[in-house]
Amino acid sequence: MIRLENVTKVFPGAAMPSVDHVSMEVPEGEICVLLGPSGCGKTTTMKMVNRLIEPSSGKIFIDGKDTTDHDAVQLRRTLGYVIQQIGLFPNKTIVDNICIVPDILGWDRAKSRARAAELLQMVALDPGIYLNRYPKELSGGQQQRIGVLRAIAADPPVLLMDEPFGAIDPINREIIQDEFLKMQATMKKTIMFVSHDIDEAVKMADRIAIFNEGRLVQYDTPDNLLAHPKNRFVSDFVGSDRTLKRLQLLKVTDAMMHDPPSVRADDTLAAAAALMEENGHSSIVMVGPNGRVRGFVDLRTARETKGKVGENHETLPTTIKTDENLRTAVSTMFRHDVTWLACVDDDRVFKGYVTLRGITHLLGEAHRDG
Amino acid sequence: MAEQVAMAGIQRLWRIATLVLIFALGAWAWASGLLPTMADLWDDIVYLGRQHIILVAISGGLAIAVGIPLGILLTRPGMQRYSNIALQFLNIGATIPTLAVLALSMSILGIGDTPAIFGLFVLTLLPIVSNTLAGIRAVPRHLIEAATGMGLSRGQILWQVELPNALFVIYAGIRTALAVNVGTVPLAFLIGGGGLGELIFSGIALNEFGMMLAGAIPTALLAIMVDFLMSQMQLWTIPRGVNPLR
Ligand SMILES: Nc1ncnc2c1ncn2[C@@H]1O[C@H](COP(=O)(O)OP(=O)(O)O)[C@@H](O)[C@H]1O
Ligand SMILES: [Mg+2]
Repeated sequence: MIRLENVTKVFPGAAMPSVDHVSMEVPEGEICVLLGPSGCGKTTTMKMVNRLIEPSSGKIFIDGKDTTDHDAVQLRRTLGYVIQQIGLFPNKTIVDNICIVPDILGWDRAKSRARAAELLQMVALDPGIYLNRYPKELSGGQQQRIGVLRAIAADPPVLLMDEPFGAIDPINREIIQDEFLKMQATMKKTIMFVSHDIDEAVKMADRIAIFNEGRLVQYDTPDNLLAHPKNRFVSDFVGSDRTLKRLQLLKVTDAMMHDPPSVRADDTLAAAAALMEENGHSSIVMVGPNGRVRGFVDLRTARETKGKVGENHETLPTTIKTDENLRTAVSTMFRHDVTWLACVDDDRVFKGYVTLRGITHLLGEAHRDG
Repeated sequence: MAEQVAMAGIQRLWRIATLVLIFALGAWAWASGLLPTMADLWDDIVYLGRQHIILVAISGGLAIAVGIPLGILLTRPGMQRYSNIALQFLNIGATIPTLAVLALSMSILGIGDTPAIFGLFVLTLLPIVSNTLAGIRAVPRHLIEAATGMGLSRGQILWQVELPNALFVIYAGIRTALAVNVGTVPLAFLIGGGGLGELIFSGIALNEFGMMLAGAIPTALLAIMVDFLMSQMQLWTIPRGVNPLR
């Protein structure tokens, strides 16, 4: 856990503070993204945590301990550090780059080399090929991955990452972001992550800290930030498409109607019609004996036809999984020209449904709250 | 890439041209009776050649032993002010003619080996210090920052990051310095330093062409050998990741 208390930095000769009375806390195991325009003090804030820059005033605690209690060099060995320029040492091989902190900590060589190989495999680079290469023999994206591996090699509980994926092309950036999130799901490091890209922040962050001119303007979860920007600066910064960005953050389950009524093949159409009328629905899903989605009947068919559901159902054009995000749900609806989707789990068991109106309602509800 | 190919081409041409030249010179030297003269002087060549090598080794070794640490010292934080003064000083020093440096050295230390070694040392020191300084200063800021941020101490950063990355430039300084050194040793004879200069200058004074060449040719060979040795060290001791030759 990282806690900043009233941290201020005024560089010598500067008229204005570069960081101005910032207080915030990054909870254990979470990714906090420091976000804001260039020059707003993100890097300075981060560098005060590992004491590359000493604060003019204020205190910083890691796991409750004041960072100035100990030697700065010792402190830094417990904090992983990734920079935008990557900064792999060109004179060292990949394995020696990855093992640099274990080496200065005096780890057993066999242990650190084995860990390096393991780490390379985590990012899908073949240790046999890459361990003994030099940085200049790797592509930019590969170098950036090594930069991250180097930071986590000694397994520090805290990671500081200053625009770590900033120098990579957009396609590779997405891949590396996903890869990193997957790693973080098991690593559970406490991470301070600098970015100037709102999309990256929304994707990576458990919390976003928006900075402007050295001040912390808003510190919130991505969804809250998009739903309730605190002021004009924040809403301008997150962009006019913030509602679409929120769709990406919300899951199908958030907008889903849970445990809806359903019918089976041997139910009568009259019973189906009655069920729909009772619930105010215009169609109803038919499930099999194990609750798997089989098809649907609409209200008009049910009213105008006699017989069993099984003989008169239509097939569903598509379904959606409950753990997909709402953006995928909406685009699936548009693609199939429907206004609702049956939601299923991994076994295709019927879980509920989402409607376009339900999604709009969900987004609007949050807006009115603010 | 194209540059490298061009370089390799030039180097090959150069080697062939040198061989042709040596052959032509040899043929001519034999025909004109110079080689037999040189053979007569063989004992002198060996004796003075050894002196020559010792002068190079002592003055060059001292210059390396002093120049690299001095260059490193000048790059340490807090030395910024001194390093700029030192750099100016070195640049002015480099413009003083070689002979003047030796003459100054003699006027302070008298005649003999000591002033010769001191003069050679000063001349050799300049390129080593300035290249060490330049090489370390050219190490990208973000490498130092990454190293500092990961918890390397100042000493670890120097040994593991700054020196290895500056090594190529430092070597280049040493190469230049030793080339200057070997080529200047003959002048050391003028202040009583001995070496192959004795044959060269005696040959000129006595108008004996053979004697002069008996000094000049081994001097040239020595220079080529030293440079070759340095280039091999440069090739094999600099890590592949920062070695433009590999
Ligand atoms: N070492 C420094 N000396 C003086 N001013 C600095 C230094 N580092 C940063 N600044 C100033 O502090 C402000 C914030 O910089 P920085 O934290 O790097 O911004 P960001 O990372 O958000 O782009 C800028 O105005 C910058 O010019
Ligand atoms: Mg920055």
